[in-house]
Amino acid sequence: MSEPILAVRHLSKAFGDHLVLRDVNFEVQKGEVISIIGSSGSGKSTLLRCLNYLEIPSGGEVVSHGQVVGAPGFDLTKHRARVGMVFQSFNLFANMTVLENCVVGQVRVLKRGRDEAKQNAMRYLERVGMAAYIHDKPRQLSGGQKQRLAIARALAMDPEVLLFEEPTSALDPEMVGEVLSVMRKLASTGLTMLVVTHEMGFARDVSHRVVFMDEGVIAEEAPPEALFTNPKQPRTREFLSRYLGSNA
Amino acid sequence: MPNAQSGFFEWVWFIFRTYAPMFLSGAGTTLLLALSGTFVGFIIGLAVGVVRTIQCRRADGLARYLLLKIVRGILAAYIEIFRSTPMIVQAMVIFYGSAQLFGITLPYMLAGFIIVSINTGAYLAEIMRGGIQSVDPGQQEAASAIGMTHGQTMLYVVLPQAIRNILPALGNEFVVNIKDTSVLNVISVSELFFVSKTASGTFYRYFETFFITSVIYFVMTFACTRLLRVLEKRMDGPENYTIHGSQTAPEGELKLKGGSAQ
Repeated sequence: MSEPILAVRHLSKAFGDHLVLRDVNFEVQKGEVISIIGSSGSGKSTLLRCLNYLEIPSGGEVVSHGQVVGAPGFDLTKHRARVGMVFQSFNLFANMTVLENCVVGQVRVLKRGRDEAKQNAMRYLERVGMAAYIHDKPRQLSGGQKQRLAIARALAMDPEVLLFEEPTSALDPEMVGEVLSVMRKLASTGLTMLVVTHEMGFARDVSHRVVFMDEGVIAEEAPPEALFTNPKQPRTREFLSRYLGSNA
Repeated sequence: MPNAQSGFFEWVWFIFRTYAPMFLSGAGTTLLLALSGTFVGFIIGLAVGVVRTIQCRRADGLARYLLLKIVRGILAAYIEIFRSTPMIVQAMVIFYGSAQLFGITLPYMLAGFIIVSINTGAYLAEIMRGGIQSVDPGQQEAASAIGMTHGQTMLYVVLPQAIRNILPALGNEFVVNIKDTSVLNVISVSELFFVSKTASGTFYRYFETFFITSVIYFVMTFACTRLLRVLEKRMDGPENYTIHGSQTAPEGELKLKGGSAQ
């Protein structure tokens, strides 16, 4: 195996006395689509947010291209530009148009020219089906459109890996489909993706590897067919039966 | 000239005619001080408000941490002191203090301008902080996540929204300053109250003169309040806009007018 894009070693995170992550280890290879599943409070989101240093780990380390994230002299700006993120609550820039949302990071962080940035933004806006709305403000968009725009905004930075923090959890059921279909399309292009999700269908059909988290640790990690049909751990079985029992 | 038996309005008319140029220049000075003081106060408030939002963590290095702590302490003291003392007292302390301690005799107008600016700055710093906090923190997180620095996040994402949110408070501060610059008469700034005192003294006609003065103040503040309200409405943007339906449900499109669906 080649050098991983991201490696997590002995990662722990505590909020006050509450230990959210304990001794988490895992790696992300280029081109992999990884789904992270688990019940609320199991540490999935916190793990994701440690990867781009939105949360500062309490112990252990995140390694990117052989460098420890957050170490003295580490270029955090460059790291964050390489690691895109899509949030559950979209977090679009409310004062900017759809196009400007996708341009600002390229111009201010990557120092691209405005014309180049616009062209690049348009490419991704077309890919997520938002090219028709470039002059609108986020408040004029539906939830599904907001999330597709958020995906285009992250893609416009041409990241190596895209993190999705429960991208469909804040959406009305009828809008989940359009966002998932964009994500499926992206996965098929070979983009490296880490998806925290409750969409078991997506985890099963699209991802190469599924990580099941429970109480701050990775309880089980396997290819989807193995994990969904033949889970090894009792708690994975329990979680899946609860989930698939009510959702399938 | 009216005499002792003349009526109220005769005197009012006489004093107004006689001192019209003085009232006019006094009102001009008042407006100039209020406008420039509010503007510079806004710049001060903006800067202080932004500095007070910088995260300060021990992990970022001790020197940076300590510097930030000290700067924050100074800014907090500035805000508390200027908000907890009357501007009339601040005017006396700054004007006579700078003369006695540093040997600097400030020109009256300059002194007045400085006092209004830093006084307004203290109020607006707090308002600005509220304005910044009113912007959804998720947007700052998203800006960090694409690699923007704190400064860039403020400049391009947070401040444009924060400033829009505090505009009503800013306009209010301006109107307050039109009235409150009257206290600068204690350091001989020739604003509207100061010239009124002069005008009233010649004939000992205080009631008549200050009747005129109050009318001028009222017209100025009332006009500004109305003007600001019109500006605010404009800043809200067009009253009509469309919420698009989704790709899967295009019939979900809503046309909004004046905040209600139709």
